[in-house]
Amino acid sequence: MATAEYETHEHDVLIIGAGGAGLRAAIEAAAQGVSVGLVCKSLLGKAHTVMAEGGIAAALGNVWPEDTWQVHFRDTMRGGKMLNNWRMAQLHAQEAPDRVLELERWGALFDRTKDGLILQRDFGGHRYARLAHVGDRTGLEMIRTLQYHAIHQGIDVYMECKIERLIKDGDRVAGAFGYWRNTGKFVLFKAKAVVIATGGIGKAWKFTSNSWEYTGDGHSLALWAGADLIDMEFVQFHPTGMVWPPSVRGILVTEGVRGDGGTLKNSKGERFMFKYIPEFFRSETADTEAEADRWYEDKKNNRRTPDLLPRDEVARAINSELKAGRGSPHGGVFLDINTRRPADYVRKRLPSMYHQFKELADVDITREPMEVGPTCHYVMGGVRVDADTTAGTVKGLFAAGESAGGMHGSNRLGGNSLSDLLVFGRRAGLYAALYAKDFGGQLTVSSAEVESLARESLEPFSRSGGENPYAVQAALQDVMQNLVGLIRNQTELQDALVKIEGLKERANKVRVEGGRAYNPGWHTALDLRSLLTVAECSARAALERRESRGGHTREDYPQLDPEWAKVNVVLRLKNGSITGSREPLPQMPDDLRKLFEDRQ
Amino acid sequence: MATFTLQVFRGDATGGGFKDYRVDAEDGMVVLDLVHRIQATQAPDLACRWNCKAGKCGSCSAEVNGKPQLMCMTRMNLFEPGSTISIAPLRTFPIIRDLVTDVSYNYEKAKSVPPLRLRPPDADGKYRMWQEDIDRIQEFHNCIECFLCQDVCHVIRDHDEKKKAFAGPRLFIKIAGLDMHPLDNRDRRAFVKDSAGIGLCNITKCCTEVCPEHIHITDNGIIPMKERMADEFFDPVVWLLRKFRGQKATRTA
Repeated sequence: MATAEYETHEHDVLIIGAGGAGLRAAIEAAAQGVSVGLVCKSLLGKAHTVMAEGGIAAALGNVWPEDTWQVHFRDTMRGGKMLNNWRMAQLHAQEAPDRVLELERWGALFDRTKDGLILQRDFGGHRYARLAHVGDRTGLEMIRTLQYHAIHQGIDVYMECKIERLIKDGDRVAGAFGYWRNTGKFVLFKAKAVVIATGGIGKAWKFTSNSWEYTGDGHSLALWAGADLIDMEFVQFHPTGMVWPPSVRGILVTEGVRGDGGTLKNSKGERFMFKYIPEFFRSETADTEAEADRWYEDKKNNRRTPDLLPRDEVARAINSELKAGRGSPHGGVFLDINTRRPADYVRKRLPSMYHQFKELADVDITREPMEVGPTCHYVMGGVRVDADTTAGTVKGLFAAGESAGGMHGSNRLGGNSLSDLLVFGRRAGLYAALYAKDFGGQLTVSSAEVESLARESLEPFSRSGGENPYAVQAALQDVMQNLVGLIRNQTELQDALVKIEGLKERANKVRVEGGRAYNPGWHTALDLRSLLTVAECSARAALERRESRGGHTREDYPQLDPEWAKVNVVLRLKNGSITGSREPLPQMPDDLRKLFEDRQ
Repeated sequence: MATFTLQVFRGDATGGGFKDYRVDAEDGMVVLDLVHRIQATQAPDLACRWNCKAGKCGSCSAEVNGKPQLMCMTRMNLFEPGSTISIAPLRTFPIIRDLVTDVSYNYEKAKSVPPLRLRPPDADGKYRMWQEDIDRIQEFHNCIECFLCQDVCHVIRDHDEKKKAFAGPRLFIKIAGLDMHPLDNRDRRAFVKDSAGIGLCNITKCCTEVCPEHIHITDNGIIPMKERMADEFFDPVVWLLRKFRGQKATRTA
């Protein structure tokens, strides 16, 4: 049999992606006593989670005893403009505190309250100071804790290995096929269950906080295997990315700056956020600078500053200021923490922001304001999953973290990602392991399918005359930045889809030089397939949704539309083409619905 | 804008050499930007690792003009416009290709470190820790695993035969962080002496000098650990007492 010529590994559960969700899934699956393989594109511990800064949202109630899972649930749903899968948001809010405490028992050292408990910080859209954190390097603490815990659990880790396609046996997932980046040799994984935990799609945009890895691999693997994706129109542009110098444009500036006292100002020195308080959040937001200033010291008797509105609101506000010509010299707005907070406080609370601006932009944030602007950061959409089990719509497929959809609705609150990774990473590992244990029968993998995948993957080496894959990638990033950005309209989205079709043609002709061993040109050529797929998904879903909500703003349909509040845009592959349909949202039970009527 | 000549190592375990690339640098650029520019325009198959491009992930370590550093945090304005800059892979680790090396030694050693063993919680079931007790360990937790400290450590770099029983500075601060952890109650002294080889470190502080996170690896991590070992194994008073009582040097973990 032809597959015998490829290195082959068998596992009960194969997890693709080793960020927070993948690592947490691997730990849980291993705890169930099944054999676990964990595949990652980079070295272990380098996944995108490492860059998360602000914190992990969890209603621990250490700073505000009033905080409960119900309040966290309510904030999350409102932040997502009620489009969230209510059950995911409920499980997330209920289980996040346990997941944080568990990290602590595995060695994580969060900043402390005066009582020796885990300190929590303010963040956008969260009613109470809720984010467990370590300065502004919470993601590093989280991934390192999970990594050092995982390496003692008997998990087989496959580093610098890229999965190209899921393999199916009939209607169920049976494994995955990919290559080692080091050697370029192919590798076949047979598995009873596969967990997608590959993160996001941000590398399809030009200005992004995301690394080279974020090419939508898991989204595409799932779609190609016949699974549904939802909510792909919702892409979060984080309001505060660096804007200068050009080579660092897009790199993240944590929301923790605003949580810890930073305010946004335009070129006239105005705190412009007061002009952009939407009706939806008016009753809980300070409408004068005086009240907002008092809120930092007395949160009980004052409403929160509009600087901490959810990210979609702040990003749109910054965009409007820029359009009105009130931007900073390098095309951003000012983010100022030095006037409210002393230098020692800034260095202690925000050490990597201090370091990042000092080293990369020659700006001392303890003395002068930062210049910031929106940057592509996160995709709310992803694999459509069952809330409790994280099972996708194809048998044997599970998904968690950024690659799963539904949890965050149309807009994710800051801090809800790290908690999402832990809560649903654990659930994915658990239910994938249970599925694998229940699995009867044998897995068979079609050698013809594997052969054709291998041939297809090697094609770029044998083409003549085609262009450099980097040129196609850059062209796609321009298309998405210009036509599927923060503000969209029908004409531009249609234009984007036409241009993506053209880029697919170009991608099919790219040529790579050199050999198969650690060849980034080849890797980029292969990544183009998933990158173009998720770009099309995002543009197609954005064209479908004719309203503005969360991370999807249509200038031709600028309002929230109650009819659109009832449906998800679902994408699936039909005869090789991506097609969209509207399907009803799961209905929230009355006892939870009440939480939205009780207050304000 | 200035133009530089980058001499980049191209090759693998079978051999190779430096190749010159002329590259333009714009305002604010770092070495990694220029490497990316070479990939995009001149040599798409040039191998290098990177992820965050902001000094947070520790992937893009290389020896720039002979000095081990992160390419993403090395600004081009540090160099004379028009000058020639050499970029080589970390010398200590076996080369895979171009700027990419096999750093699996570090991951293997990491697995050998005895993990946290949790002490019981407080009476109410909670764990309490005080900020002043964890400040030092949080410093160690800043480690981004760029392995620059491992690259410059003389024991690892120049004494291949000793690597078997030597963990290196990255893992010394990992162990120190566990040993100082308020919730940990494991004894790692035998491990530190026999398997991690703390005695081989002669505190030249090369590791501290290259740390992009400015962790005081030697002063805050290695020296206190050496002192504890000295108290345990080499203190004459302890040695005499033990002689009389017939105790062994180390409790097993």
